[in-house]
Amino acid sequence: MSRAARVRLFWAAALLFAAGYVVACLELPPLGGPFHPYGERAVAAALGRRTANTVSSVNFDLRGFDTLGEEFVLFTAALGAVLLLRRTRDEHVSAPRPGRVLPTVRLAGTVLLPVVLVTGVYVVAHGQLTPGGGFQGGVVLATGLHLAYLAADYRVLRRVRPRAVLEVAEAVAAGAFALLGLIGLVRAGSFLENVLPLGTFGALASGGQVPVLNAAVGLEVASALVVVLAGFIDQALEIES
Amino acid sequence: MTGAVATGAVPNPAEVFAAVAVVLAAAVATVAARTRDPVRQAVVLSALGLVLSVLFLLVQAPDVALSQLAVGAAITPLLILLTVRAIRRRAAQETEAPDSGKNPEGGRGSGGGG
Repeated sequence: MSRAARVRLFWAAALLFAAGYVVACLELPPLGGPFHPYGERAVAAALGRRTANTVSSVNFDLRGFDTLGEEFVLFTAALGAVLLLRRTRDEHVSAPRPGRVLPTVRLAGTVLLPVVLVTGVYVVAHGQLTPGGGFQGGVVLATGLHLAYLAADYRVLRRVRPRAVLEVAEAVAAGAFALLGLIGLVRAGSFLENVLPLGTFGALASGGQVPVLNAAVGLEVASALVVVLAGFIDQALEIES
Repeated sequence: MTGAVATGAVPNPAEVFAAVAVVLAAAVATVAARTRDPVRQAVVLSALGLVLSVLFLLVQAPDVALSQLAVGAAITPLLILLTVRAIRRRAAQETEAPDSGKNPEGGRGSGGGG
């Protein structure tokens, strides 16, 4: 297809899409209105399971099986990335020389690192109460750890993230989610059925197995992202062809 | 989003903010698509991640906003920058440029921007 034909095709598709989008938006219920057919049912179900954060209740209780699938999507993607980025026979490793770090950057990183890690754990642990949960907290933990690289250098980062341990942790956490589902199958008759006490609404220990599943996802996401980033950083800094 | 406008009522502030965020997201996304240099694109994508997470927050989806902020504004640009660095480093090695592999802080400064 010639360039002019491609551009014409793009504009035709873009105009069609824009028209459809505008028509769809005109029919949307107003923001913050009283009409929430799905929300009302989800909130009622979440209250019944004593989970304050309805989104977590949907993700880890009402539709926990979907989340299991998503978790294994991430697991498989991380596995593929690590496999592709591994060191091949014709590549060799050279130790990167430490770079100069501005004192202010070093100070900011050193102060922020523990704060970010605590925030990550908080977001994972409060998934059943406030916005966030295993995925969001796991990403915060994984990115926060790399402040060690910004504030110090690559050798410090390698020490704070034992890659072999995290590779095992990722697999164990992904398996733990599936295992919890099987426990529900054996004890209560259906996969991922809650077998834990529901606890007090609004308390840290509430929502049955929602916090447990959040912890598993948090560990899995944090480990997977650190391992994937480690593969990318090794390729960018250490491995030479 | 424009439902209130369609029914003739005065749009509430939340809808106005959300509409502004939608337009902003479309503008930044267009800039990202038209940016050809991957390093610049990583920075624009980071900004797009930030705008999208604000949009999600304005339409009352804070869980999604948190995910978007972490993945869109931090992880994706970082992966792009690391990839560019690895490719440039190899290209430099192949042409035996004098600075090959001697600049470990090169990726670091730009990584902090994401």
